[in-house]
Amino acid sequence: MSHNLSKAARPANQTSVFVKRKRMYTFFFLGVIAIMIASSLIANFDYIVGIKSIPKAITWSLTKFIPNSSSWHWLTDEILKALFETALMSVAVTACSAVFAFAFSLLGTRTTKINPLIGRAVRIIASFFRNIPDVAWVLVLFMAFGQNILTGFFALFFVTFGLLTRTFIETIDEISASCVEALHASGANYMQVVFRGIIPSSAAALISWVLYMIETNIRNATLIGIISGTGIGFWFNWFLKSLNYGAAGLTLITIVVLVIAIEITSTQIRRAIL
Amino acid sequence: MPILEFKNVSKTYNNVTKALTDISFSINSGEFVAIIGPSGSGKSTILRCINRLVDATQGGIIFDEFDVCHANKNEIRQIRKKVGMIFQHYNLVERLSVIENVLHGRLGHKSTISGIIGRYTEPEKEQAFQILEKLGLTEQAYKRCDELSGGQKQRVGIARSLMQEPNLILCDEPIASLDPSTSKVIMDHLSNINKTMGITCILNLHQVDVALKYAGRIIGLTSGKIVYDGPPNQLLKSTIHEIYQSNEGELITDVA
Ligand SMILES: Nc1ncnc2c1ncn2[C@@H]1O[C@H](COP(=O)(O)OP(=O)(O)O)[C@@H](O)[C@H]1O
Ligand SMILES: [Mg+2]
Repeated sequence: MSHNLSKAARPANQTSVFVKRKRMYTFFFLGVIAIMIASSLIANFDYIVGIKSIPKAITWSLTKFIPNSSSWHWLTDEILKALFETALMSVAVTACSAVFAFAFSLLGTRTTKINPLIGRAVRIIASFFRNIPDVAWVLVLFMAFGQNILTGFFALFFVTFGLLTRTFIETIDEISASCVEALHASGANYMQVVFRGIIPSSAAALISWVLYMIETNIRNATLIGIISGTGIGFWFNWFLKSLNYGAAGLTLITIVVLVIAIEITSTQIRRAIL
Repeated sequence: MPILEFKNVSKTYNNVTKALTDISFSINSGEFVAIIGPSGSGKSTILRCINRLVDATQGGIIFDEFDVCHANKNEIRQIRKKVGMIFQHYNLVERLSVIENVLHGRLGHKSTISGIIGRYTEPEKEQAFQILEKLGLTEQAYKRCDELSGGQKQRVGIARSLMQEPNLILCDEPIASLDPSTSKVIMDHLSNINKTMGITCILNLHQVDVALKYAGRIIGLTSGKIVYDGPPNQLLKSTIHEIYQSNEGELITDVA
């Protein structure tokens, strides 16, 4: 019966939104392909050769990196100890930066900032720390501390601090703004609002971010250890250089197991608190 | 005796948005006043000037002997202690229990440290449970607020403000997110609080019919100016249309 319906009125003066949307997707898709081609030309990267070499790389690493009987003693001699040290450092560094980030973020949220200028400054400082890559921090701090666990500690600290400050500000503004307003209106003072309003309403969300940062930092700490020559990263690098691929493979496996274990644990914690 | 007085109050946000223009009125202790007006007419701004969530740009506000506009930090706290506030979206700490939220009404009366650790006296707890009983929330006392319905949450909001032992309660669209029968429950509670406890109430309302039914006095606001201030039975239909800047037949209330 559709031919019986008279056409509904439509604004006629503009290109239909549907056509516009379609065009936008097409441009976007073509744009991505163009960028891929351009960048591979600039970087001299041949996708065909790249893809062809994948199977070979996989077979090579599978045969080389399988731990053999002579690599097992490294597990108990060095790997577990170093892994433990790295994991502990990551947890400590994340907890430490979380405390500072929380105090700092209170000065940056819309609802609890003491004055707009300080709020602005906090956001800029946080963004400064966050936007310098941790590897760059390591290289800079290496000059100050040398081959020391503190190098990695501070590198992770700065980046985590910047990242958590930013996410804490956003989380608090989103979750706590309304109850903060009500508590202020009833005559509660700053510290009472923080402890009775912000912490109970946002804590679960903030902890969830902290757990996420612990996971990320364990991975990053490995990489940082390679550069700064500490923790599990040092041993991985050392095994590779001494062509002890079996032990290097074993190191990788223990790292993966640890990361997965941490992820499972934090998922459980998240489920319990949220 | 006036409990609240606005003298030629104006408010301009960020030097651009003129929210209130030359507002003057005086409210006596024990009144039940409804402020009506379209969205953006400045209703919330009026309420927020009273407890200094917003600073008036010009004019003077006297509340219970306090010169609100020139109050220092300590005086602002004294004012806020005596002024309860109820919000459209309840503004509770949703993850805490009902009783904890009600006790939050006491924070203004407590030292910083006992507020931080949440130490409440036995009489305070007793009072909180009495208020909950009065509002029919005894069963919910230990439930988390995010488990409650909208109407229950608003009752917790009312309980929290009563816990302050206020002289004045400000309600910013208290029933705007509630269905009609729940709205009636909330309005009845507020009206009852006003009558039995003698607490002055000022309500921002969207619904003209509710305002006409409950309020003893209506203030009509359009674009930050008062266009009507008087009893509900003298509010003419034409004035309602002036407030909402609408024509005959365009308002839902016209149907009734
Ligand atoms: N924090 C603010 N900053 C800037 N403008 C605001 C702010 N709050 C309200 N306004 C403006 O002031 C006017 C009155 O707003 P409001 O008092 O919220 O009206 P109502 O509660 O009647 O809807 C509106 O034009 C609004 O956009
Ligand atoms: Mg409003």
